[in-house]
Amino acid sequence: MAEVKLRKIIKRYDEVEAVRGIDLDIADHEFVVLVGPSGCGKSTTLRMIAGLEDITDGEIMIGGDVVNDVPPKDRDIAMVFQNYALYPHMTVFQNMSFGLRLKRYPKAEIKKRVDEAARILDIKELLDRKPKQLSGGQRQRVAMGRAIVRNPKVFLFDEPLSNLDAKLRVQMRTEIKKVHQQVRTTTVYVTHDQVEAMTLADRVVVMNQGNIEQVGTPQQLYHNPRTRFVAGFIGSPAMNFIPCEVEQVGGGLSIRLTNELAFPVPPARAAQYQNHGQNGKLLLGLRPEHITEAGPHLEPGEVPFEAKLDVTEPMGMETLVYFPVNGTQVCGRVNPNAGARDGLPLRLAANLNNMHLIDETSGRVI
Amino acid sequence: MATADAVTGSRPAARPRYGSMSRDRRWALRWSYFFLVLFVIFFLTPPVYMLITSLKTSAEISAATNPWWVYHPTLSNYVELLTSPSFLTYFRNSAVVSVVVVSLTMLISVPAAFALSRMKFWGSATLATGVFLTYLIPETLLFLPLFKMFATFNEWTDIQLINRWWVLLFVYPTLTVPFATWIMIGYFASIPKELDEAALIDGAGWLQTLTKIFIPVALPGLIAATIFAFTVSWAQFLYPLAFTTSSDQLVLPVGIITSLIKGDVFNWGQIMTGALLGAAPPLIIYAFLMDYYIAGLTAGATKG
Repeated sequence: MAEVKLRKIIKRYDEVEAVRGIDLDIADHEFVVLVGPSGCGKSTTLRMIAGLEDITDGEIMIGGDVVNDVPPKDRDIAMVFQNYALYPHMTVFQNMSFGLRLKRYPKAEIKKRVDEAARILDIKELLDRKPKQLSGGQRQRVAMGRAIVRNPKVFLFDEPLSNLDAKLRVQMRTEIKKVHQQVRTTTVYVTHDQVEAMTLADRVVVMNQGNIEQVGTPQQLYHNPRTRFVAGFIGSPAMNFIPCEVEQVGGGLSIRLTNELAFPVPPARAAQYQNHGQNGKLLLGLRPEHITEAGPHLEPGEVPFEAKLDVTEPMGMETLVYFPVNGTQVCGRVNPNAGARDGLPLRLAANLNNMHLIDETSGRVI
Repeated sequence: MATADAVTGSRPAARPRYGSMSRDRRWALRWSYFFLVLFVIFFLTPPVYMLITSLKTSAEISAATNPWWVYHPTLSNYVELLTSPSFLTYFRNSAVVSVVVVSLTMLISVPAAFALSRMKFWGSATLATGVFLTYLIPETLLFLPLFKMFATFNEWTDIQLINRWWVLLFVYPTLTVPFATWIMIGYFASIPKELDEAALIDGAGWLQTLTKIFIPVALPGLIAATIFAFTVSWAQFLYPLAFTTSSDQLVLPVGIITSLIKGDVFNWGQIMTGALLGAAPPLIIYAFLMDYYIAGLTAGATKG
C-alpha cells in the first residue's frame, strides 16, 4: 500500500500538450477517480502512473520513491483495462497467476492467492475456463482478479466498465466498491462517466484540456463547484446556466433574468456577490433539482415563478420539465403528480439557497 | 383505413423486386456451388491426369488408346522410384533443406515481425515496408548475381558454395523470410496493444511477451507462415537448378527433371509418379495444420 504523488506532470506529443503540469496527491488506501471528457488527459495521466507512457516533465512518486524511470513491472502496480486484455490462450487461473508465475512464486502461494481473489470476486467456478467462454462481466472480474492476486501498491483502472451494458455497469460498480472496501489498496480510476466518479470515489479529480479543474469529495464538487466546467460536468441532468444581471434592489441584491423575471438573492449569499454587479457577463447556475413545482408553503430562499413548458419527460419517480428563459432552455425536476403537461404553464419555484453565480468570461464560480 | 389499404396493396408488388432473405441465400448458394465445381474441375484435372499416367506402363502411355483410362494398371513406376537410390537422395535433400529453411525462417521472421510491429524505433515503419519490397524482387533477377557472388566467395576463401545442397539453406530464406515476416507483422498488429501492456505490467520482458503471449495468440499466423515457407522451399526450382548439378546434391523438383528426362526421351510414367510423390508432403502438412489454421484463437482476448 502506498500513496501516489504527481508533481508538475507534463506530457507532450510533438506539438500537442496532452497533460499540462498537473499536481496531485493521492493518500494511502484512497480511491481517487479521474474524470473528464475524452481528450482531457485522464487516461494519459493514468498511463504515466503505470509507466506505459513516458513523462515529458515532472515527477511521479509511488510510496515515496520517484518512479519516472522505473519500468512498469517494477512499479508494483496492477492495471485493469477497458477491453479486459485477458490472455486468450490461458485459462482464468493461468490469467490470474501469470504475473506471479513470472516472478517464480511457489505453487502453493500462487494457488492460495488466486483462490482468495476468486473468492472475493465470486469467480471460483470459472477458474478452468478460457476467456472466450466468459461473459463481459465475468471477464472484467477476471481482469480485476489478475490485479488483486499481485497484491500491488496501487490499482489502476482505465475505464473498466465502459464495455459493459448499462445494467451490468451499475452492478460491477458496486462490486468494485466492495472489493476496494475489502482490499483497501490505493486506487486510481479513470472514467468519463460522472455518475461512476461520484459513486465510487473518495475524491474526484475533474480534468479538462490537460488541466485539473478541481479536486474534491463528490459532495464538494456537487455543492461547491469552482468553475463553470465542473458545475456543468458533475450532476445529471446538467446544471442550468442562464444569462443574468445583478441588481441592487433596496437593501438587497436581485438576479435579473428577463424584464419580467428576477430572483431576490438570499441575504446569506448576498455578501459574496456584492461587488460583482458590473462585472460584465454573468450566468446564474441552478441545478434542475432546485427548480421544482411551487408548493403551498415556500421555504426561505424559494422564489415562485410561472413558466410555459416546452417539453416534459416523465421518468417515473420524477418528471423533467424544459422551458425557455432568456433564450436558454432550462430544466427543472418536478413531482410526477404536479400536473406538468407539454405546452402548458406551470407554477415553479427556484431554490436560490443553492444558486451559483458564474463569471462567463473567466468561467469561475463567484 | 384508406392508407392501410394502400400499404397492404403495395406489398405484393414490392416482393419480387427485393426478394426474401432465404431466396437470396439460395441463389447465392447455387452460384457458389456452380463456381466451386468449375474451380474443382479446373484444378483437379492435372493431378488426376498425373495419377492416371503414373499407373500406366510406358508402352500404354505411348499407345493410341484413351488417355483418361488405365487398361493395365501397374505400380511399377512407384516401385522403381521408391527403390531408386538417387530418387531417395533427392527426397532426403528436399526434406532436410525444407525443414531447416522453415526453422531458420521462423527463427528470424517471428522476432523480426515482433520488433517491427511493436517496438517503435526510428525507421521501423520504413523497414517494415522494405522487408515486403525485398519479397517483390523475383529470383530470376537474383540468381545470376548470387551465382557470381558464390564464385567470388570461392576465389577468396577457397570454400566451395556452388554444387552444394546446403547452400540452399542460405539462399531460400531470402525468399521465405521477407514474406513470412510480412504475414507475422499483420498478425501481431491485430493483437490488441493492451495485451502486451498487461503482460508488461505483469512483469514480462519482451522475450517473455513474445514467447508466452504473442506466439500462442498468433498461432494461426505462425502456421500460415510455416506452410508458406515449407511450400516455397519444397517447390523451389530455379535456385537449385542454377546452384546444384551433381546427382547427389539435387533436390526433388530438379532431380526428377534431370534424371527422368534423358535428352528428348521423357519417362512420363515416372515423371508423373515423382511429381505425385513430391506433392504428398505439402498435402499432408496442409491437411494436418488446416484445423489449427482455421481455429480462431484470438476470440475472447478483448471485448468481442
